[in-house]
Amino acid sequence: MKHTLSVLVENKPGVLVRVAGLFARRGFNIDSLVVAETEDAKVSRMTITVDEQDQPVEQVSKQLHKLINVIKITDLDPKNSVERELLMIKVKADAQSRSGIMQIVEIFRAKIVDVSAEVLIIEMTGTRDKVGALMELLKPFGVVELMRTGRMAMSRGKKAT
Amino acid sequence: MKASTVILEALKREGVDTIFGFPGGVLLPLYDALYENDIRHILVRHEQGAGHAADGYARASGKVGVCMATSGPGATNLVTAIANAYMDSVPIVAITGQVSRHLLGLDSFQEADVTGITLPIVKHSYLVKDAKALPRIIHEAFYIAGTGRPGPVVIDVPVDVTKEDMDYDPEVLPSLHLPGYKPNLKGHPKQIKEAARLIAAAERPVIYAGGGIIIAGASDELRELAFYGHIPVTTTLTGKGCFPEDHNLAMGMLGMHGTQYANYVMSQADLVVAVGVRFDDRVTGNIAAFAPEAKFIHVDLDPAEISKNVTVDVPIVGDAKTVLGTLVAEVKKLDLSPERHVPWMKQVEAWKRNHPLVVRECDDGEIMPEAAIRKIWEVTGGEALVCTEVGQHQMWAAQHYLTRLPRRFITSAGLGTMGFGFPAAIGAQVACPESLVIDIAGDGSFQMTLQELATAVQHHLPVKVCIINNQYLGMVRQWQELFWSKHYSHTCIECQPDFVKLAEAYGAEGYRATRPEELEEVLRSAFATDAPAVIDIRVKREANVFPMIPAGGTVHDMMEREP
Repeated sequence: MKHTLSVLVENKPGVLVRVAGLFARRGFNIDSLVVAETEDAKVSRMTITVDEQDQPVEQVSKQLHKLINVIKITDLDPKNSVERELLMIKVKADAQSRSGIMQIVEIFRAKIVDVSAEVLIIEMTGTRDKVGALMELLKPFGVVELMRTGRMAMSRGKKAT
Repeated sequence: MKASTVILEALKREGVDTIFGFPGGVLLPLYDALYENDIRHILVRHEQGAGHAADGYARASGKVGVCMATSGPGATNLVTAIANAYMDSVPIVAITGQVSRHLLGLDSFQEADVTGITLPIVKHSYLVKDAKALPRIIHEAFYIAGTGRPGPVVIDVPVDVTKEDMDYDPEVLPSLHLPGYKPNLKGHPKQIKEAARLIAAAERPVIYAGGGIIIAGASDELRELAFYGHIPVTTTLTGKGCFPEDHNLAMGMLGMHGTQYANYVMSQADLVVAVGVRFDDRVTGNIAAFAPEAKFIHVDLDPAEISKNVTVDVPIVGDAKTVLGTLVAEVKKLDLSPERHVPWMKQVEAWKRNHPLVVRECDDGEIMPEAAIRKIWEVTGGEALVCTEVGQHQMWAAQHYLTRLPRRFITSAGLGTMGFGFPAAIGAQVACPESLVIDIAGDGSFQMTLQELATAVQHHLPVKVCIINNQYLGMVRQWQELFWSKHYSHTCIECQPDFVKLAEAYGAEGYRATRPEELEEVLRSAFATDAPAVIDIRVKREANVFPMIPAGGTVHDMMEREP
C-alpha cells in the first residue's frame, strides 16, 4: 500500500539533502516527492509517497523524526484526505486526431494549455489513478513528452495537515 | 570582539575546558584566539586522534567532548571519529575550519564539503554563513549533542566568518530555535505499569542492559530493579560497567563472544527486559531465533530503535533513569514472591558454575592472551579506566576485565574502529587525571594511531598501552582459521616495530613481557611510573577468542573452546 507522508520541515538550506540522504542510507524508496514553502515562509512541506511493501512506514517515519530540522510528520489516511497530482502531457495532434483528443480532455476535465500545428499540451490535476487513466487513453495518439508532479495531499476537515 | 574569540567564549559558556585539535590554514584566526585564551588545547598528531580523544573524554566524563580540525584533509581525517561517535551515541562537537564563503563550491585549496560528507554520521550539522549566528549555533550544538540520544554535531566555520567583528555578551544566552527537537524523557505510565506486571508474572526473566543506561546514569536504578526482582543481568559491550560484573546476578556480556551462560539465559528466558540497547546483530545472531521464548520489554530514548530489529511487546520510549525509577516503584507495588522463580535462578546459577569463562594456562611457557588480561585486572584491582582497540584483545578484555562502575570501560563497539583506543585513552586521561588509564591494544590496532604517543608525552598524560601482541591481525586470522580454510591472507604482521624502542623514541617508557612469570612485575613497574608507557606483551600467537557464536548463528552453534 502506498502511504503519503506529509512532512513539515524547517525551510533551511540542506534540509532536502538530509531527508533524501536518510532515505538512501536506510534503503528506503521514495515513490514521489513534492517540496514547497507553506503559508509560513520559515517552514516547507514535503509530501513523500512511499510503498509499505518496500519498507515499514513506521520505521521510515521514526527515522525522519530524528532529523533535527523535521518538525512534524503526518501519515495521511487516504479516506480522510484529498490527494492531487498535476500532469502535463504533450501529445501529437493533427487535424484528424485533434477532436478525439479534445473529447477525452473534456471527459477528464483536463485543459488544453497550448496548441500548435502538430502537438497539444494538456494539463490535468487529479488523483494518481485518474492521471494514470488519462495517460493511458492519450498514449495511442503519440506522447511526445510527459511530466507529472508527485502526489500532494491535504487532510479533510478543519484541522491542518 | 572577533568571531574567533566569540567561538572560544561560547564554548567556555557551555562548560568546555579542553579542546583536542590540530591547526591549519583556515583555523589561523581561531588558533590566534587560542594563543591568549585559558581554554586547554591538546595538540594531537593526526585529526582522527583529536576526534577519538574527544570521544574518550566524553565517555569518561559524561560531558560533551570537543575536537577541532582544519578544512579539507583535516576535516576528512575526523570522519572516522565522527562515525565512531555516531554509532556509539557519544556526544561530541566537531568544529571544522572551512574556506572563505566566496570560495565555497569552487574546488578551492583545501576545500571539502564537510557537512555533506558527514551527513549520514552526524546527529546534526551546521555550516555557519553568518557570524552573528555563532553564539546560537554553538549553544544549539551542545544542546543537541548532549541531550536525548547523544551524538556528534559538526560546526563548519568558513575562515572569513571567524575574522569578523561582532558584539558578544556572555551574559545573554541565545534562545534555542529547534521546533523539531523534543526528546521524550518520561516514558508512558501505562506502558511502565504493563512492564511491571510482566516482570511480576515472569518465571524466567532476564535484563539485557546496554550503553543507554550509562548515558542516562541509570546504574543505581538498574541495580535496584535487578536486586529487588532478583533478575539476572547481561550487558552489551557498551553497557559494560552499568552493572557490577562481580555480582552473582551479573551474566557478563551476551552475543557473539559473550559468556555461555548469558547466551543460555537469553535462549531460555520468558521475559527480556531490554534497556538502552539496540538489538545489534553481534548480540542477536540469527534474529529470528533470538530469545525465542521471550516477551520483550524495550526501554529506549530513541523511538526509532523500538521494533527496528525485533518486534517488542511493551515499548517504552524514555530516558532509562526516569523509566527504570518509575518501573522499580511500580514493581514494588506488586509484591513479588521471592519463590516465584527459584527454579530459574537455580538453572542460571548452574549454567554459570558449569560453563565459566576459561582462562587457559599454557604448558609451553607462553603467555595466554586472556591470562594477560586477567593479570592486568588483578594488578589494577579492577580499578583502572580501560579503553580498548578493536579485535581479539577487545573481546578478551570485555570478557576478563570485570568492570564494576559505569564509564570505566571505553570501547569502539558499533563501528569497530581499530586505532580508537589509544587516542580515546588520552581523552579519558584528560577527563580523569587521577585515574590509571589503560589502553588494552592489539599490535595491529595500535599501529593505526600510535603517533599519538607524542601527544601523550607532550601533555604528560601517563596512559599505559598494553599491547596483546600476537603479530597477527588476530580476529581476522581467527575467522580465516575457522571459516576460510586457514588461508591467512595478509593477516600476518610479523614485520612490526620494536615497541619498546618505539616508546622510548617518543620519550615514553617501553616494557616487554614474553613469559607468564615476568608479566606481573612488568605490569607493576609500568603502572607505577608517571610517564606514558607501552607494554609489549608477547602472547601465544594463534590463540582464539571463545566462546563464539558464528555470525548469524544461534546458541546451538556456539563454539565453546578451540576445536
